[in-house]
Amino acid sequence: MATQKDQTPVHQIRPETQEQRIPERFIPTPTIEPGHSFATVTDHISTIVLRKRTPLGWFLGFLLALGGVMVLTVSMTMLIGKGVGIWGINHPAGWGMDIINFVWWIGIGHAGTLISAILLLLRQEWRTSINRFAEAMTLFAVASAGLYPALHTGRPWYDYWLFPYPNTMGLWPQFRSPLMWDVFAVSTYATVSALFWYVGLIPDLATLRDRATNLWIKRAYGAFALGWRGSAKHWHRYEYAYLLLAGLSTPLVLSVHTIVSFDFAVAQVPGWHATFFPPYFVAGAVFAGFAMVLTLAIPARKFFDLEDFITLRHLENMGKVMLATGLIVAYAYAMEWFYGLYSGNVFEIYMLKNRATGPYHNMYIALWVCNGLAPQMMWFKRLRTSPFWLFVTAMFVNVGMWLERFVIIPASLHRDFLPSSWGMYHGTFWDWSFYLGSFGLFFALLFLFVRFLPMISIFEMRTLLPEAQAHPEHQEH
Amino acid sequence: MALGKVREGLYGVIAEFTDPQSLLVAANRTREAGYTSIDAFSPFPIHGLDEAIGFHKSRLSMIVLAMGVIGGISGFLMCWYANVISYPLNIGGKPYNSWPAWIPITFECTILLAAFGAVFGMLALNGLPMPYHPVFNVRRFDQASRDKFFLVIHARDPQFKVEDARQFLQNLGPREVTDVPW
Repeated sequence: MATQKDQTPVHQIRPETQEQRIPERFIPTPTIEPGHSFATVTDHISTIVLRKRTPLGWFLGFLLALGGVMVLTVSMTMLIGKGVGIWGINHPAGWGMDIINFVWWIGIGHAGTLISAILLLLRQEWRTSINRFAEAMTLFAVASAGLYPALHTGRPWYDYWLFPYPNTMGLWPQFRSPLMWDVFAVSTYATVSALFWYVGLIPDLATLRDRATNLWIKRAYGAFALGWRGSAKHWHRYEYAYLLLAGLSTPLVLSVHTIVSFDFAVAQVPGWHATFFPPYFVAGAVFAGFAMVLTLAIPARKFFDLEDFITLRHLENMGKVMLATGLIVAYAYAMEWFYGLYSGNVFEIYMLKNRATGPYHNMYIALWVCNGLAPQMMWFKRLRTSPFWLFVTAMFVNVGMWLERFVIIPASLHRDFLPSSWGMYHGTFWDWSFYLGSFGLFFALLFLFVRFLPMISIFEMRTLLPEAQAHPEHQEH
Repeated sequence: MALGKVREGLYGVIAEFTDPQSLLVAANRTREAGYTSIDAFSPFPIHGLDEAIGFHKSRLSMIVLAMGVIGGISGFLMCWYANVISYPLNIGGKPYNSWPAWIPITFECTILLAAFGAVFGMLALNGLPMPYHPVFNVRRFDQASRDKFFLVIHARDPQFKVEDARQFLQNLGPREVTDVPW
């Protein structure tokens, strides 16, 4: 080990020179607190999974979530037994809370892909400690979202008709319909997100395999680790595959919410038929997703003692993303007025008037408060670096994005072209029980995830440590 | 080992290092000494280590490209076949070959197959899953997924002589050098 005693590693020189040149306020808060080594990072994160005693709080939380799953099971049984009539949907609003919740959940999922793929391509190192967690959130949000359209078909046992397969009826799905595009987009998104997540997990599963003491736990992790041994050749292809997956996921995530917005924009309903829906929906999805990441990460870092890895810098950056996307969303709300009024179309103008003064005007005002006003708090560094205020803002956004979909979907449908066919939409008990139930499913999966898998990417955290830097030019000759 | 002997003889000689810098230097020296069949193991990717052990290019990008092209073409052909050949529907005299409406599905199929290519191509080229591998016989190899770094010279290397290889690795300043049985 006496090879480089005489040379000072670069990372020990760098901090001093930096302090001389750059004023302190410009040096960013670290993405990992000082004093960690490869071993402490590994042990800290893997112990959360491998410890024998499960904290009581985990059981309480999981039980609560499981209660939600029970609510979902009962609701699904009712729906399959009686049909979609138990929901509030009827003429004229054929899409109600089922589609609102579908769009809401799928939008939440998008932040996970944004963090794991787009921030990877942009070389934003701070993403490292939150990407695994955010990807898991994506998967579980897509699982919750997928329930709604699958059950909305009314006869879910025929859902396989959505997929093109050779059949005795000689029929094909309607490939020209945005709803069919949605089937392809959402199923591709779910598959690619799951692959991306699993590929990211392989080296960490190997760590768990090597750290576990119980033979069966060792074998379970070992089976999923696929015999990963960290060979340099393997790492080379692994990093390449991961980069390519990030490159593929980036346009994919944009396409998914674009296609979700086509479900509306391709129709002619006033309030839906707008060309700016794709960017508006994508920005809204990122906005909602970051709010949900904050909602989950702020309690999780406290509960699992992860403040060293998910630092204030992460929270602050997420607050900034929330502010930026919030401004885009508010701009879109304003543009809706411009397009409507500038069109001179009587139905478009009525739609806007109906939003602001019609029977659902409370929702529209609440939408502006939650999505337009509340994120403005993020302009202030003091609020942006306070977990409490970040959490408050995130909760506003969570509610606001649900309201946005309510304003777009039933509030547009309930009064369209013919006043004689106007009506009202109200969610029923079963609408709300499904919503509660999908939370149960989401959180139950999330609780299982934090118990059985490392919620922070261990191998990527190792690369953030200064001693991970190796330079071939330091070679002695 | 408990798993039983797979083959007689030696798989190679392995050296354990305690930091990435030493591993990188050692790998470069080993390659420069003329060894061609070597491998290095680390708990995270180390840049330059792949070149240090003499590994240059991966075929993965070609696999992903090919899969993406196959996905795109087959996705488009599926829509085209359904709407033009198998079940043409005349809707207000509009053309059967309404290709712009099929772009979203074409795109999604491209991404899906390219992603399959990236993941399964990577696993296949890496030879995974591989539940048994001789390096797992090394007593301290479980540390390779925590904070230790390993360099192995394979017995199949044409220049390999057990005594020389042991001595060579010992001179690189490792924590310890051990034999790797099959």
